[in-house]
Amino acid sequence: MAGLLFLASCKKEGKEPEYNQNELAPLSVEFDNIVGGTNLYLNATTYTNAAGEDYTVSLLQYYVSNIKVYKADGTEYVVPQDSSYFLIKEGDQASGSALVNVPEGDYARLVFTLGVDSLRSTMDIDKRTGVLDPASGMDNGMYWGWNSGYIFLKMEGLSAAAPVDGSGQNKFRYHIGGFGGYSAPTINNIKEISIDLNQAGVAKVRKGRTSNIHLMVDIGKVMSGTTTVSIAANPTVMFSDFSTKIAANYAAMFSHDHTEN
Amino acid sequence: MRKLKVTGILVAILVLASCKKEIIDKVAEFTGFQKPVNFPEPAYHFDTNPVTREGFELGRKLFYEPRLSRNNTVSCGSCHIQTSAFTHHGHDVSHGIDDRLGKRNAPPIMNLAWHNSFNHDGGVFDLDMQPIVPITTFEEMDETLENVLKKLKAHPQYPGLFAKAFGSEEITSARLLKALSQFMVMCISADSKYDSVMRNESSFTAEEMQGYELFKQKCASCHKEPLFTDLSFRNNGIGIGFNGDVGRYEITLNEADRYKFKVPSLRNLKYSAPYTHDGRFYTLDAVLDKYSTGMRYVQNIDPVLDKGNSTYGIDISDAERVYLKAFLNTLNDEHFVKNKLLSE
Repeated sequence: MAGLLFLASCKKEGKEPEYNQNELAPLSVEFDNIVGGTNLYLNATTYTNAAGEDYTVSLLQYYVSNIKVYKADGTEYVVPQDSSYFLIKEGDQASGSALVNVPEGDYARLVFTLGVDSLRSTMDIDKRTGVLDPASGMDNGMYWGWNSGYIFLKMEGLSAAAPVDGSGQNKFRYHIGGFGGYSAPTINNIKEISIDLNQAGVAKVRKGRTSNIHLMVDIGKVMSGTTTVSIAANPTVMFSDFSTKIAANYAAMFSHDHTEN
Repeated sequence: MRKLKVTGILVAILVLASCKKEIIDKVAEFTGFQKPVNFPEPAYHFDTNPVTREGFELGRKLFYEPRLSRNNTVSCGSCHIQTSAFTHHGHDVSHGIDDRLGKRNAPPIMNLAWHNSFNHDGGVFDLDMQPIVPITTFEEMDETLENVLKKLKAHPQYPGLFAKAFGSEEITSARLLKALSQFMVMCISADSKYDSVMRNESSFTAEEMQGYELFKQKCASCHKEPLFTDLSFRNNGIGIGFNGDVGRYEITLNEADRYKFKVPSLRNLKYSAPYTHDGRFYTLDAVLDKYSTGMRYVQNIDPVLDKGNSTYGIDISDAERVYLKAFLNTLNDEHFVKNKLLSE
């Protein structure tokens, strides 16, 4: 049995060649949040959604995980999962990009998960460290206790279109999560994002420098995409069927602007 | 003769007293997690969190620690009171910080090592993740996990206790939650008369036996032995609650789960009134009345309650009720509610 397990693990490693972690080179993926053609400024600039409603954004954060890169010939490198969870927080310089290490090479495609995969969402608490620790930043909590799982994207702001809430504010709140359910199937808002780097510049990853894939993230698309989301009609969207419409919208908010090699 | 009788009684009292003492000593001694012989294999992942004396004792201290709440007033033990089989005696819905009221009845911390989901709606599937719910819920402890860790780190005793339990003074979410789990999985109720009968250590009275037979016919399909719950989610036909609670639907968003709640155990009913997910029944007779005469159709009512011809419930005659209650009484576990090992 031990032999079988050993063989099985060898076989798995055969698919994904084992890299010497000391021989890897840094690669960063920058998430530059914008709304349409303008930069995103929290609590300041007023934006208008497709429903014609004005809004400001007070909070924006989302999980990026399971980063993979591909060379032009299709060779895949999967960043070891324990080093592949990032919480992107608007307004926090240190949380604006995902820094990983990959083998040297020219990468033509970037793939990542927007959210937290179901496996990690059900993993032992020992494996939920760093940004996945339910004790990290609970003020702007990204973990649902009552319906155990992570909030993948959290966006809040003010809009005259939103009804006055209990705190006396005209606030909208979009907390989108849902990994598919543990013992019974339910909504799955995990989105895998695939980005072709050929047009705006492949990532030439070399030791001694940090290649930076600069992505533009058009937050306006959270409300304006396949589904036009009206703040007046849906001021609060959390764990509900409608959240899948918002997740489908935001899956299209990433575009590759350029790469700094 | 008279003297002999008195001596006899004295001897009997002494024997009883010594028996009782032995039992209490036995249960008060930490022996690790031991599966009762009449229980199935537990569901809890002991491989990633083995119960140790130090971990268990830390978990017990944390269970009774009011610092887990925002203003250090409410502990787990505040609403899960041992003498009430770790429920909140007399409270229909949970009564938390600043006199805030929740929407559901505090469930017992009892035999959780055999459960694969937690809360009335099963929204949590790992016992380790469960304490986050009451700690962070506005109506319960209204605290953040981050702040709890801060308070424990600043406490004169906790760093040392964490070191004893986990090998270093580091206080993390994982260690806090695993210590609490070590305490909770040890809250085992398996010393009721029913258990002793199942272990061939005693026998039912004729009345209890009749009740047991009736139980097996009329109740056991949901309240499965030996936990007295099959751990499933069902709509038991008691009707939509005052607060419109949709139960399991909140977790699955599946219309077929609307108004379903986890089947509660029937152990320790003597100590754990009021009953059902919103504590609307204050007596066992009120629950039995509902089943035998008061049941009406409600969306997703469990098929086992369908008697045909648009009638619902379980037929229980007055005589049968006496037997059933006699049997249910054998599920009360005095050792569990008095076990010093589990006390503050």
